Amino acid sequence: MTTTTVDVTRGSVAWARRRAALAGFWRQYRRDREGLTGLILLVLIAAVAVAAPLLAAETGLSVTHAPGRPIEPPSGTFWMGTDFNGRPIMTLIIWGSRISLIVGFAATVISMVIGTLVGVLAGHFTGWRGGVFNKLTDWFLVIPFLPLAIALAQLFHGLPKLLAVIIVIGITSWSGTARLVRAQALTVEARPYLERAKALGAGHWHQVSHHVLPNVMPLVLANTTLTVSISILAETTLSFLGLGDPLHASWGTVLHDAYAQAAISNGAWWWVIFPGLSVVVVVRAFNMCGRATERILDPRLRERA
Amino acid sequence: MSTAQRTGGGAARRRLRALTPRYVASKVVGAAVLLLFVTIFNYFLFRVMPGDPAKTFAPRGRNDDPAALQAMRERMGQGKPWWEKFLLYLDNLAHGELEHSYSQHQPVVDAIAERFWPTVLLSGTALVLAAVIGMWLGARAGWRHGSRFDRATSATSLTWYSVPEWWLGLILIIVFASKSGLGLFPVSGMSDPRSDLPYWLDVAHHMVLPVTALTVVYIAQYTLVMRSSIIDERYADYLAAARAKGLRDDQVRNRHALRNALLPSMTQLFLSLGFVVSGAITIETVFSWPGLGLLSEQALSGPDYPLLEGVFLVFSAAVIVMNLIADLIYPLIDPRVRAA
Repeated sequence: MTTTTVDVTRGSVAWARRRAALAGFWRQYRRDREGLTGLILLVLIAAVAVAAPLLAAETGLSVTHAPGRPIEPPSGTFWMGTDFNGRPIMTLIIWGSRISLIVGFAATVISMVIGTLVGVLAGHFTGWRGGVFNKLTDWFLVIPFLPLAIALAQLFHGLPKLLAVIIVIGITSWSGTARLVRAQALTVEARPYLERAKALGAGHWHQVSHHVLPNVMPLVLANTTLTVSISILAETTLSFLGLGDPLHASWGTVLHDAYAQAAISNGAWWWVIFPGLSVVVVVRAFNMCGRATERILDPRLRERA
Repeated sequence: MSTAQRTGGGAARRRLRALTPRYVASKVVGAAVLLLFVTIFNYFLFRVMPGDPAKTFAPRGRNDDPAALQAMRERMGQGKPWWEKFLLYLDNLAHGELEHSYSQHQPVVDAIAERFWPTVLLSGTALVLAAVIGMWLGARAGWRHGSRFDRATSATSLTWYSVPEWWLGLILIIVFASKSGLGLFPVSGMSDPRSDLPYWLDVAHHMVLPVTALTVVYIAQYTLVMRSSIIDERYADYLAAARAKGLRDDQVRNRHALRNALLPSMTQLFLSLGFVVSGAITIETVFSWPGLGLLSEQALSGPDYPLLEGVFLVFSAAVIVMNLIADLIYPLIDPRVRAA
């Protein structure tokens, strides 16, 4: 009975502390012009993705019931022109934002879980066990991303294409996170409270889950914004190379179609420019947020802004 | 002057001595282990692919000579346990033999050898240009930290960093190469047999657009790294000493600050090689540049597994070898690495 009360109060104290830290973070973030611009852009883009059915009729995605004529330049009716099926590019971009964002976030979750796990284990275990995780990270850092992603995409041939793309990006992009987490975990390992926990008989699971992980998580979360932008770029590139899902329009598959259907020799610049610009804006916005977060969490960087 | 030369010679000798056999051996062994890992991973990755590998030579019943297929299966070690097959593969690899690419109608090794140098030429040029321009911009921006030049450089390079290089390539083609655009540069390929330019000039003409696309996107990482290391060095004591000697501001920057800030950028140069490989694949696809990148894209349609496997191996090996070279160079240029 008593132990549970103690537990609850200790938990609530921890939560109160986290809430306070978050409030402090937000106070600083609000003052960061770059970070705020990025955040506003992201909120707008997320709103477009969520409100896609209101902004553009879904029939615009259909190849057979396309509203326009093939390869129409931008006009009053089709602001961004049409593709070779007569589908409005703007409709494709609006609906494609859903796929690009979903793939970006889902791949980031996988990448974060693997990266945190490997990084914490590499930092926590000493000797050969830590060495194995460390070597694994080194190895994934060295292997060039795109050839590995292409090879893995062949392996997940049987899965639905969208899922395959998510998994491929997830397992190819975790090494940077693991490296970062390991460095942070090593500093936590050197703290006296971990020694105290060990002296009191804490097992590996308790040490990692109660001491190492909570100290590593803020860094991991701050790192997500950068990982999302990398994942979105990766999705676009993989889809451009024809490894994406042809049934769901994403920015990358629209660009793949444009390239495969010779939009360039047809002079259909609108078909290439607008989807690409969307990618650049989203990636840039995520990078802005990521840099602002980094500046706040790493005081050494603050002076450099 | 003579004293300076003598200490210079001494420093050079000390640097060479920093490459102890032990350090070199540990790095070489590490790279070899990594290479072995990649080979094993690569081998099994492509072995779990569905289908009879020998059959891929006879798609849809063409060249379906049972005797030839049987001979090929034997060469691939069919029917033997997996570890014997793997040793056979390693043995073939050691003799510089990979399998046969059916999309290129030639051995994988020959296909790769043909395409190797064009990729080195294209990506190497872009990498060197990006590193030089990026470091120069970064050094200027960091030195005048907070100035308008600094803010403009950082914002611009971060924006270009968010651009997929192949998309920039497409835009460049639309504007500068296509018939509806300016038509100044060729759309694709590495040379044009009908051109009356000398061969090297023709190749250079073909290189302008792809190299521009790669360079512009790569610049950002060098700018950012150089900028932050220059900012770190800016108030160092030795710079105050250099200024006290009466050196001009740009002399202080170029002769003193830049040298010390160079190392992180060098690291970045070698770390970014994986990135360069990805860029090579997409940009060569867009410009039909006859290199390894275009070869991987061509291997994808099929898919031509033996070729994919070979290209993947070459790309990984190239990055590992370059990283090894970097590890061996560091102690020569930075005493701090020697101590570690």
